[in-house]
Amino acid sequence: MDSRSRTINLVLDSTLDSVDKAEREALDLARESGFGEEDLDRIGMSVRECMVNAVVHGNRYNSHKKVHLSLSRTPERLTVRIVDQGEGFNPDAVPDPLEGDNLLRHSGRGIFLMKAFMDDLQVRLGPSGTEVILVKNVVAEK
Amino acid sequence: MSVKLINRQVGDVTVIDVAGRITLGEGSSTLRDALRDLVKENHKNILLNLREVTYIDSSGIGELVSAFTTITNQGGHLKLLGLTHRVKDLLQITKLYTVFDVHEDEAHAVRSFA
Repeated sequence: MDSRSRTINLVLDSTLDSVDKAEREALDLARESGFGEEDLDRIGMSVRECMVNAVVHGNRYNSHKKVHLSLSRTPERLTVRIVDQGEGFNPDAVPDPLEGDNLLRHSGRGIFLMKAFMDDLQVRLGPSGTEVILVKNVVAEK
Repeated sequence: MSVKLINRQVGDVTVIDVAGRITLGEGSSTLRDALRDLVKENHKNILLNLREVTYIDSSGIGELVSAFTTITNQGGHLKLLGLTHRVKDLLQITKLYTVFDVHEDEAHAVRSFA
């Protein structure tokens, strides 16, 4: 493995403290990758929103269920993988928060923000939970 | 620090100075409770000063939208003051920037309620 590459794997409880921890760990790794402040904000928020989905909507705060977090950086990209033990969801079925009456809904903006802030978002439904992969590419300064 | 709110009265306008993080959990519930109390007490003109807000997530945005809808439906007004770059960016991406009446200057914001 390239010496500039690093992977961190964590198993986290289904709590809001885990959301904070995941965000901190992702930001530490993203800083090592050299992302600027605006990208750091966007990466941090995407990880936070994804973790909230896993803890709140996936595992429903169930103390017996865990969230698996994998953070990986290479010279080219930062990859965040978050796996919960929930029943899963179809990202294409989530209503567009910018459309009509949805604009003033209380919730439903998390996936939209992740898509807006990251370069790639994939959702895979497995037999024992949902896996979300977020990717942010490192763009060399000109 | 999660979030800290200070209420003050400027004429007919209730100004809430918000500092810290408005995120799912304590931050957003503290803001929700404070705004709910003001609505119960029949405050009609509310100016939310977000100048010291360091972070807001989708839950926090949801609280702002819910409060805006509730207060507007009851004949009141909720306006925003002093958005940081980060909060402004989020409101623009979510197309909510034009929903809210946003101000930079407090005196100007207070006058706009008249």
